[in-house]
Amino acid sequence: MTYEELLTQTALADDRFIVMTAENRALVRNIPGKLGNRFIDTGITEQTMIGAAAGLALRGRIPVVHALASFLTMRAFEFVRTDAGVPNLPVKLSSFIPGFLSDGNGPTHQAVEDISLMRGIPNMTVFAPADEQDLVMMLPEIWKHPHPSYVRINTRKTDHQHSPFKLGKAEIISKGDDVTILTYGLLFEQALIAVEILKNEGLSVGLINLRSLKPVDEQAILEATRESAITITLEDHFVTGGLYSIVAEVLLKHCQTAKVIPMALKDKWFKPSLLPNVLEHEGFTGKQIAEKILGYNTNAYQPEISIPQFSE
Amino acid sequence: MQSSAIPIDQLEATALKVREHIIKMSTDGGCFVGASLSAADLIVYLYSEFLNINPNNLNDPDRDYLFLSKGHDVPALYGTFAELGLLEKDRLKNHLSLNDHIYWHPNTHIPGIEFHSGSLGHLPSVAIGVAMDIKIRGGKNKVICIMGDGELNEGTCWEAALVANAHKLDNLIFVIDRNHFQANMPTEELIPLEPLHDKFTAFGAAVKRIDGHSFESLHEAFSAYPFETGKLNVVIADTVRGKGLPSIERRADRWFCNFNAEEVESLLKELHGEHLTNLTSETLVVR
Repeated sequence: MTYEELLTQTALADDRFIVMTAENRALVRNIPGKLGNRFIDTGITEQTMIGAAAGLALRGRIPVVHALASFLTMRAFEFVRTDAGVPNLPVKLSSFIPGFLSDGNGPTHQAVEDISLMRGIPNMTVFAPADEQDLVMMLPEIWKHPHPSYVRINTRKTDHQHSPFKLGKAEIISKGDDVTILTYGLLFEQALIAVEILKNEGLSVGLINLRSLKPVDEQAILEATRESAITITLEDHFVTGGLYSIVAEVLLKHCQTAKVIPMALKDKWFKPSLLPNVLEHEGFTGKQIAEKILGYNTNAYQPEISIPQFSE
Repeated sequence: MQSSAIPIDQLEATALKVREHIIKMSTDGGCFVGASLSAADLIVYLYSEFLNINPNNLNDPDRDYLFLSKGHDVPALYGTFAELGLLEKDRLKNHLSLNDHIYWHPNTHIPGIEFHSGSLGHLPSVAIGVAMDIKIRGGKNKVICIMGDGELNEGTCWEAALVANAHKLDNLIFVIDRNHFQANMPTEELIPLEPLHDKFTAFGAAVKRIDGHSFESLHEAFSAYPFETGKLNVVIADTVRGKGLPSIERRADRWFCNFNAEEVESLLKELHGEHLTNLTSETLVVR
């Protein structure tokens, strides 16, 4: 099932749902004709859309709002914080092309501080699915929860078969003594490749798909960092405020020490290009990730990375 | 024009009581006196006469809605609520107390307050969401958003006007408390707003400009609701900052006031026309 099919099916079955967009219809092109006046496009007005979503939620609706991740989280930040966060209204933020998924757009469109911003808002929950199957698995739980949520939308298809989603629980793909990779979102795809390469080099490798960054699965983080010699946090986000920071907070809270190495954007925006080039240039292909962990180059094969098919 | 159901002199008497409450709240920490006095008549009129909001229907989805986007005038709202039975009068003495929720900005712990405010330019869009839902459900209830003229500096007020017009929200009324002052200075000296009527008209709204201290004018304007089918309604209410207290009226430095007990007594007399107050500047605080 696709994101759009799930949203359509959910909204048709439950008239509390309102689908909104600030003129970013990429994910919802077929919905207008199906939902009648429960599809609302406010135009290029992220702030007003969020305020209006709060007003709709006040009347018992569940608004699922769509905009580009950078504008939804940054231009409308205070509206998200003040109009959805303070009153704890179930405004559901569907954030389009977050992280490296805004491959060619340039810094204006790069949401690489969104996790940091959104998790800083009381009442807000934060999710980052690994692919479309993961997304479709987690959304019903998230949408029925009575809190505002932020979802880093990722509609890419992978071959991975995910396990059922449980709110606040990470997906443990494998456990390993030598190294565990903690990751979320788009880079899960590359982490799978990296894990294969590392295993072929003889390492015992763990892989965890965090899924939910707030609430975060503290137990999974504590166990992984305890059981592995090295833990890698892998994310298409600034190193500050994202998963690396979350892991640091969890370890400190539980008085646990661990060797944790961040793989993230180090205080700069990424070079715009098509996704495969971006990943290669920034050092985030599966092969590059594995080789950084190993400390040497290999002859491993890097599978082709597909170019995103969507547009604004 | 139909005369208001509530006699004008009764509305005026209520507004006078509300002004007394505002003055009493302006001590022991103070409040935004000037902004509250300019909006007092508007708020009294809307709750007393125009809106279907009463202590028994606060959670009824078919009630009307009032959003106070210009949060500094919340003392006028507390006072009106106290006079109309939505809030126990004794609670006004809890202004700024940790044991209650009566503070400088609206918050939803007070039954009847629909949404918190304080950050300007937010509630026009929240009101839009409520008005949209009423339209979707085919309801007849009205939605009002009171905004300050200084608040119109915020771009989201104009973004909201565009969206409201695009969605033909004729069940929504933006009421501008046009007291001609920003926080620290006259609006026309900082960010000129005139011709304000023309600006809203150009945004597609149906606009009425009235004397915001005349209950006859208020009634004449609001009884014409909806002003035009398919258009956002806008009422520009010309008001006076500090209305009722000549010693602070139209003064840029009387935005936030923290009066001492003697001054409050004196201001209450001034309100009733007994004599002019001689205020010492030391006790007047500009935040």
